[in-house]
Amino acid sequence: MEHPIRMELTVNDLVPFGAEGDKKSFALTLKRPAWHCWKAGQFVMVRPTSWNSEITWARPFSICRVTSESLVLFFQVVGRGTDLMANLKPGDKVTVWGPLGTHFAMEDKPTLLLAGGIGIAPFAGYMEQHKKPANLSMIFSHRLPSGYYPIETFAQQIEVETFFEQSNDDLPKTLTAIRNKMELMAKNNGLVLACGPMPFLKNIWKNALELNVPTQLSLEQRMACGIGACLGCVATTSDQYPDKEKAGLPVQTCTKGPIFWANELNLDAGSK
Amino acid sequence: MINTNVVLKTLNGHGLHLKNPIMSASGTFGYGTEFLPFGDITKLGAIIVKGLSLKPRAGNPTPRVAETPCGMLNAVGLQNDGVEAFITKKLPELPTHEVPVIANIYATSADEFGELANILSQEEKVVALEVNISCPNVKAGGVLFGQDPLMAQSIVQAVKKNAGNTPVIVKLSPNVTNIAEMAKAIEASGADMLSCINTVTGMAVDIRSRKPLLANIVGGLSGPAIKPIALRCVWQVAQAVQIPVIGIGGIRSAKDVLEFILVGASAVQIGTASFTDPSLIFKIAHDLPLLCEELGIKNLEQYRNSLITD
Repeated sequence: MEHPIRMELTVNDLVPFGAEGDKKSFALTLKRPAWHCWKAGQFVMVRPTSWNSEITWARPFSICRVTSESLVLFFQVVGRGTDLMANLKPGDKVTVWGPLGTHFAMEDKPTLLLAGGIGIAPFAGYMEQHKKPANLSMIFSHRLPSGYYPIETFAQQIEVETFFEQSNDDLPKTLTAIRNKMELMAKNNGLVLACGPMPFLKNIWKNALELNVPTQLSLEQRMACGIGACLGCVATTSDQYPDKEKAGLPVQTCTKGPIFWANELNLDAGSK
Repeated sequence: MINTNVVLKTLNGHGLHLKNPIMSASGTFGYGTEFLPFGDITKLGAIIVKGLSLKPRAGNPTPRVAETPCGMLNAVGLQNDGVEAFITKKLPELPTHEVPVIANIYATSADEFGELANILSQEEKVVALEVNISCPNVKAGGVLFGQDPLMAQSIVQAVKKNAGNTPVIVKLSPNVTNIAEMAKAIEASGADMLSCINTVTGMAVDIRSRKPLLANIVGGLSGPAIKPIALRCVWQVAQAVQIPVIGIGGIRSAKDVLEFILVGASAVQIGTASFTDPSLIFKIAHDLPLLCEELGIKNLEQYRNSLITD
């Protein structure tokens, strides 16, 4: 794996999704960093250079796409960091370090992408990097109207089922659809990849273990440094974790993840 | 270019000679190797690695960290791979001939502290030990040792007895009524140097979920928010003891470094700033001689403890 590098990048563009004037979700386009390679599922730490000591950490974001000119990230305003990022303007500078962490598997088999909300971000790059996009299908479950997500990019190229969860009553329908599709993947020797909030991932994790279908989860954890030093973002592994010395113990989501095989994690342990 | 080297003298003459006063703070710099992509670690004065215990420790449940204004809370609980894995796997990866490595140690009894000191003092590549009697995030030991002068003295004595000629730094907690008295007690028990401060106990809560932001409920506050507390502690401790004092707490710039040296610190540690930006510690080491030149400071030892108070 290539070493991460730290760079100051210029903002090319910040485009909001959804209704005009809303500050809910954005596509942030930065000048392309000088990386030799990156793989879908990896992430970057981002910190606008204008942030003073009031904000302590940078913020982690999945890499959405990298073109010859630019690095694209999707983000949703969820707290004071992303709220400030919503004010970025073309020409502003941001400090970025990456590419960080592990990446999604890419195999020649039917592949189900499970995206929860802004968890759709890494799948844009995944779809672009995939040799046979025809193998891909997606279930997208979201809580903001679909206009707040870059869903059209996907719908033009792969089969996408969307579930708009306006209340918790809508949840069982989504979970059933996910379960059915995962059963199909188990039957067809497929692969499942998931990115989204923890409750969403936990449900998929349970399905993966019950159905014994190869599944990778992109974990989301509170993270300070992104490089394995703060030990804030740990996840607890299962006894099937390949590094036996770490089996059953907490490992850093930023360096050992964020992409983990479901059977190598114990999502019931280590958090409150 | 101004020479910013410093000597942290010990009574037996086995002091620490550092090319500059900038060290990484334990728990914020991993085992050092994590930062190799972000700067030249041989340009630092010393590296203090993540706290080591005799056996590996899993630490506390998540969430373990929370961002707060000008700082952060952590309750990691000293997760580490244990002293053996450090010696066999991590230490050989570090350029120890070019940058001094200091091991931070944690244990739940004086005997265990002694055993750790014995193991690590036999490692040529470890130039000093930093004794953690101030971690607020563990149930046994930790800050309890650092709040009781008699307990602290028994631990320092056990470490000193087993450390041979390896200098022993004791890391002080700010969570005490009188840090100067604690510093004097620890100096009297044979510590070679003091470092202060460890984190300040704190908490953060969410009014909607009505939950604490840390699974451990309380944690240790670090970052620029604690710098005034740290400066006050370093100043009080430096007035109270003869042995070298290493300043820690919210340092983010060369200017901050000089503030700590002005109030009596011989060297400093950079902690939370390494999370804000993994290259910041290298920038501080780069900037310090430039700032000294700008201010006409020819020698850090002359500038040290030169605060004008009248």
